[in-house]
Amino acid sequence: MTEWDHYCKLLERGKISRREFMGRTAALGLTTALATSLAAKAARAATPKKGGTLRLGIGHGSTTDTLDPATYENLYIQSLGGAVHNKLTEVGNTGDLVPELAESWEPTPDAKVWTFKLRKGVEFHNGKTLEAADVVASINHHRGEDSKSAAKPIVDPIADIKADGKDTVVFTMKTGNADFPFIISDYHLSIMPSKDGKADATSGIGTSGYTIESFEPGVRTKLKRFPNYWKEGRAHFDAAEMLVIVDVTARTNALTTGEIDAMDRVDLKTAHLLARNKNVKIVETSGTAHYTFAMRTDTAPFDNNDVRLALKYALDREALLKSILRGHGVIGNDHPIGLSNRYHASASDLPQRTYDVDKAKFHLKKAGLSNLKVDLSAADAAFAGAVDAAVLYKEHAAKAGIEINVVREPNDGYWSNVWLKKPWCAVYWGGRPTEDWMFSTAYAAGAPWNDSFWEHERFNKLLIEARAELDEAKRRAMYVEMQTIVSNEGGVVVPMFNNYVMGLSKKVQHEKMGSNWSLDGFRAVERWWFG
Amino acid sequence: MTEILTMVAQRLALGLLTLFVVSLIIFLGIELLPGDLTEAVLGQSATPETVAAFRRELGLDLPPHTRYFEWLGGILQGDFGKSLANQREISELIGVRFANTLFLAAIAAIISVPLAVTLGVLAALHRNSFFDRSVNVVTLSSISFPEFFVAYILILFLAVNVNIFPSISNVSPDLGFWERVYRVMLPALTLTLVVVAHMMRMTRASIINLLASPYIEMANLKGLSRSRIIVHHALPNALAPIINVIVINLAYLVVGVVIVEVVFVYPGLGQLFVDSVIKRDVPVVQGSCLIFAATYILLNLTADVLSILSNPRLLHPK
Repeated sequence: MTEWDHYCKLLERGKISRREFMGRTAALGLTTALATSLAAKAARAATPKKGGTLRLGIGHGSTTDTLDPATYENLYIQSLGGAVHNKLTEVGNTGDLVPELAESWEPTPDAKVWTFKLRKGVEFHNGKTLEAADVVASINHHRGEDSKSAAKPIVDPIADIKADGKDTVVFTMKTGNADFPFIISDYHLSIMPSKDGKADATSGIGTSGYTIESFEPGVRTKLKRFPNYWKEGRAHFDAAEMLVIVDVTARTNALTTGEIDAMDRVDLKTAHLLARNKNVKIVETSGTAHYTFAMRTDTAPFDNNDVRLALKYALDREALLKSILRGHGVIGNDHPIGLSNRYHASASDLPQRTYDVDKAKFHLKKAGLSNLKVDLSAADAAFAGAVDAAVLYKEHAAKAGIEINVVREPNDGYWSNVWLKKPWCAVYWGGRPTEDWMFSTAYAAGAPWNDSFWEHERFNKLLIEARAELDEAKRRAMYVEMQTIVSNEGGVVVPMFNNYVMGLSKKVQHEKMGSNWSLDGFRAVERWWFG
Repeated sequence: MTEILTMVAQRLALGLLTLFVVSLIIFLGIELLPGDLTEAVLGQSATPETVAAFRRELGLDLPPHTRYFEWLGGILQGDFGKSLANQREISELIGVRFANTLFLAAIAAIISVPLAVTLGVLAALHRNSFFDRSVNVVTLSSISFPEFFVAYILILFLAVNVNIFPSISNVSPDLGFWERVYRVMLPALTLTLVVVAHMMRMTRASIINLLASPYIEMANLKGLSRSRIIVHHALPNALAPIINVIVINLAYLVVGVVIVEVVFVYPGLGQLFVDSVIKRDVPVVQGSCLIFAATYILLNLTADVLSILSNPRLLHPK
């Protein structure tokens, strides 16, 4: 591949911006006009065509799945939610926030009260017209004493929701939050029709472009285009079939033999072989999903920051990326903010941490230790290859005089018995679209999922300040500082961010693919089309 | 004849007792596993409050014996209860899946049983010939490989290299009968390859065993043809052990095919069972287990009845 092609690819995948593209290709000696037209060519995709039935093979899904967004639990049901439900706002395929069921929104200057104006004339699959009361009921479905919702912590900052007339909803927050419109785009917060103030959560009725024709949990869902869909330029397929194919070999075979048109979770070990198939293309997006090794900073020896730093320096991230993810990812820098996040600290803001045995030894010595023996708990329930990653870590750390004892935990009950309990364990994070959301979920003092039990005064102060800060430049500076603090003083080793790797039949067309979640931000059915 | 009816009644009563014990063991077993449905479903997103609210909603906060006896009370009234995870009626949930499982088992049996018995008879007829040896080698090899390997080999040759059959058995209730048969062909062939050897070898062995008996010698001396001796004289007397082996294999086709289901993404009972165990959906696990156990008990009973019917000495005891 020439350098030129390489930049085109990067631009297509959204890895570099248009401006960067111009700059870099100018260095190759292209005129701006030529570069502009080429950029347009690279960015252009064929005009979407209507028709066809998309068959998606998804590597998750279980007989126990329910249509209730409160218990959306795996990629299958989450993707189905993305096809059936709209939210108030949507993270677009370029990562920007776009209005969905809300037409516009307005905060008060302290970002405490948010007023959302709803789109008019939106119809539910059962014929009901969308009103403010539906939105209130749908969000309240996750709140309150009896909520069993996985999204309860997300809606916890909301103090009050009120309908103001038929098409205005007013959210009052406990503290100011500039990112609230992002948060309300979460896949749990699907807008459902209400009846007597309660949301109808189990019938799978939404406002999106596809209605559920049949739902067999753990097997398949058949979807049909909803003729009265309000959104323009979306929902191109006549119908869609979402199949649960948990076995990766079966999924791959189904794609290569034309039984399905697209699959998620490509087997990384054989991805290069699959790419040779002339009917298949491999597509990957790098989002916010990442792996971590979380240390309990309230437990010895992890309460000593020098021990934590020693462990952070004693890991060869490149080697881990190469062997565990086969290169389908990006190395991490010991903080949870990914490349696709808006305020990601670039290498000039925060240098990349590298494998450095001397520095590891130095920090170990500073902690007053000549050697260190620690247990690292891992199971493949944390992420695929977690145990192998832990064993590699052990090898890397041994050179720095650190002895890691890898404890293989059972997959069953990993999240209830190991995570947040054992002093050091492997963890998977789907990531969050905003910095504040990610930090408040897993790094803020006292947060239920603060898996490093970490408390940092300056960090927590910045977190509150940045949340209500509406000035972009100031916010950026704050988030970069917070990433620096987490990287240098936090209790979490972040070896890498994993890509979402998907296999698509060549006839499937798409624009730039959303990277906030797998399968085009769970919107594959709505956004893709057959060429 | 009354003897047989008494025996059937006795065996059915014992079977009910067995089912009760099975349900008790399964319930205790799942109680011993770490975590419950709420933790399994909420996973990484679980917080103590949401787990508690979820448990209250499902009644999982009640003590185990209360839950077990409530479930047992329901079963005695013919009510399998509802799935904890998605509140669907278990009878519906299991019904569709069990029908799929039976369908696959039936197709596999229709192919494998006649094939195995014919091969067994032919092998006995041409004992130690090249034919006998090669049938033995082929069937024993196919039974020696793990099921998923046999399945992948079939997929490679019949779906990937030459696209004759679909690589996944994507069946749904609205499919026509023959379309369904076509789609389950690969899993049915896999199962056939796995079960043929056992039945074939048993047929061959029991026939050969009989060939040494005096009455066969008599038939030989009468000058009957070898095939007539085997089909008319030896086979009827060899039926009892053959039926037993066939029935064991049929039971296996119903309850032991979860790997084949996974490889071919076939929506059978096994997959439902595994999903439910992972999520600790106790009532569904219990329901599936009862069906599995009942299948074994009923098929064994059938085997015994058929053996008796095929043996005049047992049918008319002195």
